[in-house]
Amino acid sequence: MTESTYAQLVGLCAAVLLLSAVLIVWRRSLPAQIRLLAVQGWALGVLVAVLGVHEGDVELSLVALLVLALKGVVLPRVLTRATVTEHGALREETPLVNTTASLILLALLTMLAYVVSRPVLALGSTSPLAAVPVGFAMTLFGFLVLSTRRHAVSQLIGFLLLDNGIGTVAFLTAGGVPLVVELGVSLDVLLVVLILQVLTSRIRAEFGDADLDDLTELRD
Amino acid sequence: MAADGYLMGTVLLLPATSCLLLGVAAAGLRGRTPDFLLRYTGALAAAVVLGSGLALAAAVLDQGRAVTTLSGQLRADALSAFMLATIGVVGLTATWAGAPRRPQPAPSPSYAALVVLFLGAMSVAVLADNLGVLWVAVEATTIATAFLVGHQRSRLALEAAWKYVVLGSVGVAIAFLGIVLLYAATRSAGVATLSWSTLHSTHPPLDPQLVRLAAALAILGFATKTGLAPMHSWLPDAHSQAPAPVSGLMSGVLLSVAFYAILRIQSVAAPVIGVTMMRNMLATAGLLSLAVATLLMIAQRDLKRLLAYSSVEHVGVLALAAAVGGPLAMAAALLHVLGHGLAKATAFVSAGWVFEAEGTTRLADLRLLLSRRPGIAVPLVAAVTALLGLPPFSLFFSEVAIVVAGFQRGLGWLMAAMVALLTGAFVALVRRVAPVVFGHRVEDPDHEDREAVDWSAPGARLPLVLALALAAVAGFAAGPFTTLLTGAARVLSVSP
Repeated sequence: MTESTYAQLVGLCAAVLLLSAVLIVWRRSLPAQIRLLAVQGWALGVLVAVLGVHEGDVELSLVALLVLALKGVVLPRVLTRATVTEHGALREETPLVNTTASLILLALLTMLAYVVSRPVLALGSTSPLAAVPVGFAMTLFGFLVLSTRRHAVSQLIGFLLLDNGIGTVAFLTAGGVPLVVELGVSLDVLLVVLILQVLTSRIRAEFGDADLDDLTELRD
Repeated sequence: MAADGYLMGTVLLLPATSCLLLGVAAAGLRGRTPDFLLRYTGALAAAVVLGSGLALAAAVLDQGRAVTTLSGQLRADALSAFMLATIGVVGLTATWAGAPRRPQPAPSPSYAALVVLFLGAMSVAVLADNLGVLWVAVEATTIATAFLVGHQRSRLALEAAWKYVVLGSVGVAIAFLGIVLLYAATRSAGVATLSWSTLHSTHPPLDPQLVRLAAALAILGFATKTGLAPMHSWLPDAHSQAPAPVSGLMSGVLLSVAFYAILRIQSVAAPVIGVTMMRNMLATAGLLSLAVATLLMIAQRDLKRLLAYSSVEHVGVLALAAAVGGPLAMAAALLHVLGHGLAKATAFVSAGWVFEAEGTTRLADLRLLLSRRPGIAVPLVAAVTALLGLPPFSLFFSEVAIVVAGFQRGLGWLMAAMVALLTGAFVALVRRVAPVVFGHRVEDPDHEDREAVDWSAPGARLPLVLALALAAVAGFAAGPFTTLLTGAARVLSVSP
């Protein structure tokens, strides 16, 4: 792989990651958001594979397979299971912030991501480091989804977007964390998502739907 | 001494492996384990953790250096050994006294398994010599406790569990971003590591700007899990809905384990970026926590939520101690961790007994507990006295020591604010608890001598007596205990 192909591939993966993150915020349909999350998982897996091949790092190539399997296949399946109801396809009904305002916020958050990543950009001028703001932007988008969406599955999607963003930063800045930590983190994320899926179905059984606006009984 | 080294290496592995085995056994032998064993699985695991903690503390003090195993992945210095022993002793208090004596309902295998795994995850968190593994273990505590918080299956428990898992996971995810950036900084400095012992011994030239960002994110993230304001909103919900022994464990030690993570981050970052930024963050969070806890305790209507806000108050004190820094404040903070853990576990277990005996924890519905049900009320009152920071309990001494350390370091205003807010919290807690426990029967003619004085308790009282006794003598600590505390504080006071 020549240097220019490498730089182009890294840039392409970063572009797909950012674009899918924007589209997740833009779309209202939950199944569409989950499909976009799967696309994002694949893009992240390919990015890790590209980094692994470029650095001749076998461990990183194995991690790429793990990322592909977990974020590209397993987690989207768990999310799909969480959305299955007797009412058919689900849409986000009551967004706290409308689409136009969300997209403007995305632009602001992307600029903020560039500001935040200045210390990282100062480390060097390689193509992975140049793409780091994308990871920060995804993390911030995840926060936006978590704080403005009131559907249980949307919150799950926001959490995974945040997690993908942190993963992107990790792979671009440091070629990923040590393998034992990577395995532990992947297992933790999988378990958290499974737990939230179970809680979502319990909420649906208890309250009729999975709208978190019903969860307001505990307060002072 | 090689044989001794191997022995201690095994002891280092003991808490995690025995918790894992006990957990798998409790869950795997579903329906075939005798009820008696299921009831005491948690206490057994906690006893193993306590034993390992004490053995490691003795070994560390004896050899004067840290014990390591698995080629340095697990490492116990004085601080880790102290934290492990604290997890063990608080865990033993909560699980032993919290084990119900009634035959019905039959103990649930999944409950026993999750409690044991929870203890194991906390043990790994304090024994790992790697910020990444520490993070994984802290996140694992969220996973283990998620269904424990939602154990009662009510709407309220479900709501609490949801908020707890989402806020807890998102919070520590931020901490992970910080850890990732720290790793990037070590990698660009030529020593790719997340081990603090390596960082302390090699002093790589880390990029200060990047470490500043990393430390801020990591502290913010772990502060969420510690329950510091303004990221505390999940805490009263989760701690009030969980079963009483689990509340005791979560309030008593889990918050301190997350605080331990902040201390490790601080000790890694301080040599590179100084203490100013972290001091400002921790001081703000500490004062805010004290203020929020005081305000919400004044008007509190539920006993368990009252105790949960008291935990917010005490982690605020811990954050202020970390902001002060230095050997005295750190030793005091660790003593505070132990004293608060013992008192809070006792308080939550007795609150659970109040619920069993009275069917409610609403403060308005509870009256004359001390004269009607002294068997339950005496441990509750003693534990609340300890939490108020009254002597002879160790919380009095640790709070005084933190204030003294703060004045020594020229943080007089901060300490004055802390004392003022602590006084407010004291008044709030007394105002809420006193009407529930004190009073004479004659004031209440309806109930005149209709009920006999009830000295019984739904669980074992001995562990609570031992815990309170330990909290009372720990303040007058002497001998090896003082050596351990100062040793643990020295681990954190790595000079810049």
